[in-house]
Amino acid sequence: MEMPAPNPAVLALKPRLVARLQEVLAPDAVIHDEAETRAYECDALTAYRCPPLCAVLPSTTQQVSDVLRICHEMGVPVVPRGSGTSLAGGALPTADSVILGVARMNDVLEVDYDNRFVRVQSGRTNLSVTGAVEADGFFYAPDPSSQLACAISGNIAMNSGGAHCLKYGVTTNNLLGVTMVLMDGTVLELGGAHMDAPGLDFLGVICGSEGQLGVVTEATLRILPKPEGARPVLMGYDSNEVAGQVVSDIIKAGVLPVAIEFMDRPCIRATEAFAKAGYPDCEALLIVEVEGSDDEISEQLALITDIARRHNPVELREAADEDQARRIWLGRKSAFGAMGQINDYMCLDGTIPVSQLPYVLRRIGEMSQQYGLGVGNVFHAGDGNMHPLILFDANKPGDLERCEAFGADILRLCVEVGGCLTGEHGVGIEKRDLMVDQFAPDDLDIQMAVKDVFDPKWLLNPAKVFPLAASEPRRQAQIAAE
Amino acid sequence: MHPTSEADLADAIATAKGALRIQGGATRDIGAPVIGTALSTQGLDGIVDYEPGALTLVARAGTPLAQIEAALAAEGQRLPFEPMDHRPVLGTKGTPTIGGVVAANVSGPRRVQVGACRDFLLGARFVDGAGRVLKNGGRVMKNVTGYDLVKLMAGSFGTLGVITEVSFKVLPIPETQVTLAFSGHDPARAVAAMAAALSSPFEVSGAAWVQGQTLLRLEGMERSVAYRVGALAERLKPYGQAEHIQGTAAGAIWQTVRDAHALVGCETLWRVSLKPSDAPAFLAAVDPDHQLKCQIDWGGGLIWLGAESAENAADTHASLRGEIASRGGHVTLLKAPTALRTSLAVFQPEPPAAAALARALRQRFDPKAILNPGLMG
Repeated sequence: MEMPAPNPAVLALKPRLVARLQEVLAPDAVIHDEAETRAYECDALTAYRCPPLCAVLPSTTQQVSDVLRICHEMGVPVVPRGSGTSLAGGALPTADSVILGVARMNDVLEVDYDNRFVRVQSGRTNLSVTGAVEADGFFYAPDPSSQLACAISGNIAMNSGGAHCLKYGVTTNNLLGVTMVLMDGTVLELGGAHMDAPGLDFLGVICGSEGQLGVVTEATLRILPKPEGARPVLMGYDSNEVAGQVVSDIIKAGVLPVAIEFMDRPCIRATEAFAKAGYPDCEALLIVEVEGSDDEISEQLALITDIARRHNPVELREAADEDQARRIWLGRKSAFGAMGQINDYMCLDGTIPVSQLPYVLRRIGEMSQQYGLGVGNVFHAGDGNMHPLILFDANKPGDLERCEAFGADILRLCVEVGGCLTGEHGVGIEKRDLMVDQFAPDDLDIQMAVKDVFDPKWLLNPAKVFPLAASEPRRQAQIAAE
Repeated sequence: MHPTSEADLADAIATAKGALRIQGGATRDIGAPVIGTALSTQGLDGIVDYEPGALTLVARAGTPLAQIEAALAAEGQRLPFEPMDHRPVLGTKGTPTIGGVVAANVSGPRRVQVGACRDFLLGARFVDGAGRVLKNGGRVMKNVTGYDLVKLMAGSFGTLGVITEVSFKVLPIPETQVTLAFSGHDPARAVAAMAAALSSPFEVSGAAWVQGQTLLRLEGMERSVAYRVGALAERLKPYGQAEHIQGTAAGAIWQTVRDAHALVGCETLWRVSLKPSDAPAFLAAVDPDHQLKCQIDWGGGLIWLGAESAENAADTHASLRGEIASRGGHVTLLKAPTALRTSLAVFQPEPPAAAALARALRQRFDPKAILNPGLMG
């Protein structure tokens, strides 16, 4: 993955830049020592690293505005960062950029149960948003698997999903408003406690814009009353086709589970060896979870297990109590860790139409043979969001490149069958150069035109999302102007 | 102009010499009046793809909404956001199209639970003001590939591009529905009751106040609804005894709420979007003597206000805008005589920074300023 060469003129600005940033921030909020900036050299896509020029940790919206105004005036690129859990390189710096971390901005500003929203600073972690309201019977629905660590700012940047979005939607469906700072320092309030936009739906385009349009400092999030209970059922099948058919039949039957998770044999074996959840050794495993009161759960599960039985499962296990429910989820939740025990892995995130599931899994299996790299599949089957985990050895020369080529082929396959490159992780640098496989040049141009409007100098996270060749004229125009 | 293909439509826009008035079925005459050549999308017709097992549907913009709803119903599914029919309140005729639903981001009572039209819109194809055919999003349920221009197109009233094709996430139609109706509520009591209901775990899918009645809808599987109806009625005891309305009778009530039947015949009509708990104080401030016709939906988050005559419309308009300014939210002048829709700002004027962004975006999407110019202000 290529990154643009740092601009020497910007590198030379470092002493003056640091001095100006120190004027508006607390002394410990400007990190410029070369050893210390290393802490910000990568996010969760650890194969790529580059320490930034410096990192800043503002505490208020005003400070964010000051920082951006200074960088804007001096022509310095800014890379916003939440908790740095992006799997797509969304927070990867360049040597000539300032990392703007919102981690110190993590307060709950307002909780309103009558209107069912909570307003938080954007550095607050996803799980701690729920933490702030759960004692009163509420929760925040989007639940990316990194929810213990990931920040709301990053959730908004990537429009994060999670296991339960079949029922509750993703971040954009649960975001009511933001306070956002534009690259020139302008503070903008969008949305709020009301439910729709007065004019153009800016909130909709900001969510998922990967930190390229502005820096979100506060967010108004919809919270929901917690369901009375939830219970999963586990089912195993001896073919991916049959499991795919079960998913489709459940959806068509009119029940809407909160989650339908799918694991294939390589993944089942790896998690079994690692977490010992007691999963059956079969080709495909489904975990289906429903919510409600005890009676409601039983009613839904009866319908679901009926469908499951019609397809001759090799195993069908309903959770009878909390402990069994925990054990059913245990393997799924340890899947990534389990794969990591075997080897380094790259986690993909393409989405496909649900009907293409068996075909796509078969093709992935064939490609795995061709590339000589193992792959396990674990994903949200209800919405077609796949997470193939490709195993490779980072210490073996050429393996990473082979793995990336394999991954790119899988993502092209997703597009080919009518899906997309990324369902919830974002494009970042990882899928940047594949955008041409999903979009025509004009489709990319109109997206870049939106960035032109919000960030005319292309200083915010500039080397992400769009293929470098496509964004180069716009980025170069800025450098030439400085 | 009545193109019958996307390519013809793109050509019509690329070669247009002046302003275009974009319309689907012309049933949602909303916004400042546009003077220009009518460009209809009705010739772009038909469902392109429907996968009930994947809960996704793709249709061309000019497809009649009724055709889509019938195709979904045949598989026991529906558009979950319950798009309203504007014809009764606006006094328009014609056939509503799916493109029009998207262009106006039209949602109904269920919006309070599941989200708006824009929340179920997965992808769109559109032609920008330069005549370029563009696409964004797709037909899969989870997609964060590139910027989400799909949301931006929803509710842009044809001012950023002419929508040619849309794809949606759809949902199953539940087995049954029951509505709890409480009588004798004023807005304050109604909004309090609705807040209590919406804060319960019983999945209320409609919360409205019409003509003194607070209506709460529950949908789902037979036994589940029976349980939740009982539990909710128990929790809402302080708000009175509720009448239980079942089946088709309940369906009919929600259609009248969805289409704002209580305001049919009003010459001037406003739509107010605000923080739900602000609704009672807002109403008390702007209409202390109950001169206006009123309906509350979305648990308080949406107020419909109407006047039978347009005589004092400018004053009422100013007072609504004044009151909302201090609270947050916005007021749209949905219906008024043409002269008023020209002289008053139909959509709530935005703060300078947001207005500047909107202007710049329109300039990029529609460089010749020919797509419904001025419609949104």
